[in-house]
Amino acid sequence: MSALALELRATWGRAYGRLVGAFREPTWLITDAILPNLGMVAFVMLYRALGAPRSFEALAVVGGLLATYWINVLWGMGAQFYWEKQSGQLQLYFVAPCSRMAILSGMALGGFLLTTVRSAFGLFLGFVVVGARVEPFSLPALLGVFALTMVALYALGMVMASLFLLWGREAYHLSNALYQPVQFLSGLYFPLRTLGPLGIVAAGLVPLGLGVDALRQVLLGAGAHALLPLRAEVALLAALGAAFLWLARVALAHLESLAKREGRLTQRWQ
Amino acid sequence: MTPDDPGATPAVDARGLMRTFRATRGGGAVRALDGVDVRIAPGEIFGLLGPNGAGKTTLIKILTTLLYPTAGTARVAGFDVIHDANEVRKRIGLVSGGESSGYGILTVRECLWMFSQFYGVPGRIAGPRVAGLIRTAGLSEQADTRINRLSTGQRQRMNFARGFVSDPEVVFLDEPTLGMDVNAARALREYIVRWVRERPGRTVLLTTHYMREAEELCDRIAIIDHGRVLACDSFAGLRRLVEGGQHVELEVRAADGGTPALPSLEGVRTAWGAPHPERGTRALKFRLPPDRALAGVLRELETRAVRIEAIATRETSLEDVFVALVGRGLEESDEREDDGPAPPGAP
Repeated sequence: MSALALELRATWGRAYGRLVGAFREPTWLITDAILPNLGMVAFVMLYRALGAPRSFEALAVVGGLLATYWINVLWGMGAQFYWEKQSGQLQLYFVAPCSRMAILSGMALGGFLLTTVRSAFGLFLGFVVVGARVEPFSLPALLGVFALTMVALYALGMVMASLFLLWGREAYHLSNALYQPVQFLSGLYFPLRTLGPLGIVAAGLVPLGLGVDALRQVLLGAGAHALLPLRAEVALLAALGAAFLWLARVALAHLESLAKREGRLTQRWQ
Repeated sequence: MTPDDPGATPAVDARGLMRTFRATRGGGAVRALDGVDVRIAPGEIFGLLGPNGAGKTTLIKILTTLLYPTAGTARVAGFDVIHDANEVRKRIGLVSGGESSGYGILTVRECLWMFSQFYGVPGRIAGPRVAGLIRTAGLSEQADTRINRLSTGQRQRMNFARGFVSDPEVVFLDEPTLGMDVNAARALREYIVRWVRERPGRTVLLTTHYMREAEELCDRIAIIDHGRVLACDSFAGLRRLVEGGQHVELEVRAADGGTPALPSLEGVRTAWGAPHPERGTRALKFRLPPDRALAGVLRELETRAVRIEAIATRETSLEDVFVALVGRGLEESDEREDDGPAPPGAP
């Protein structure tokens, strides 16, 4: 069996668990799909009440959809290894011959597919129920930018998985504290450009804002009130994705080495 | 193939293994392993017996590539656990009793299949193998039940089955029957024996608190304490270490109702067994050297106002060997332990 076959099987094996789960716990639909989208609907209503340009409504819908993925990245990726440790399962990943990157990739793939199923609800709510409108757009460009955004976002989630594990509950609380600021700094419900230089700095750190801004440009053209030219945002997203994947690999290697040297991390009581 | 066969590649070959940990309180270091040498031949069921904190789990962690040794070397299935960790991982399985594995939302079948994928088992092999393991673990009726709806015992059985999904060359079983009911534990012990006998060259390293489990299963047993292997032999070989004289177990009651003081029964190595709170007595276990008469010991006890409630003499058990080597019984080694010395389902 080739190393690639092992990695692919491990990735699919881990992703499968998440996909199966999507159809067994309907309550998750409320927390992961309906609740995040309520904020999006509120902004659409607000823009409509204020008589803002129609593009602002679609702008909020795109932000709301991406928020669903962000929640999944934060809790379904970032916190996952920490929870695996608490349940005593992490050492089973460390003792398996597949790479930890394959496990994380499986989590990411499963989480992404699961969230996509749920974000369909947001699409329906935003573009059918609430009636937001977009300009004619290029589907390949939309899918390309979306794919880049997802790679960058979930790669960030892979990095966070190691950091959560290293810092334990501290990271958990930090992430909790940062949840709203990250949403704000990513301009999920307003044009990122409004934040000025702060928006540029935030976009350079968290791919969420860049992804939202780039997707809005594809869907709304000039109505997106974009921060940077689309090409620049695409290039930055690609760079962030590559950097986070590399960082995730380095962080996992460091984590494993630390676990072996210090004898902790893989045991829930240590 | 025997442990002494110089031509065979050992399933496990540990030499001079040392491991120290930083103490969590008060600084300093704790030495968990102190020069452990273990050589296990392919096809053996090898037992590791020792009280809590003896170093058993640390040794297993090193052998399963979860921990670096501070010094020494270890090879599993011919591969170095530090430099060829991934080759080792392809060939081993690990089961820790009492651990929970899998995700509550998955069924037993799905969970075992998922773990088989982490070892790259092709689908056409994984399906039948998982089905077979489910039968072995006595979980046929629960095969399609979510894990979060299983009882604790059922989860443990599933966890045991998980350790075999990759059909490993060497399986590390760390207290695998801990807390299991009688029938389940017996079935799993039978499976371990069958698994090794039907697959030449497959090896099991088992740690257990249950003396009789070790006696029943293991070709050889290493007794470990304070990070050192005190003895390593077959059960018959270990018995020879302490043969001679009688093994005596007394049930005694002190006149004042407390634990009788026994500072010196000359030539007799004693060990206190578990108290019987409801009877107000305590077991006293010892081996009487050939040159001492039991009557003399009993007289000595009487002079100390200790009343003898019951006397039993018997053949050397593994527990006797353990007491003789370690200086205390397993049940005395850690007050937190709830498990008695008899395994669930022991004959």
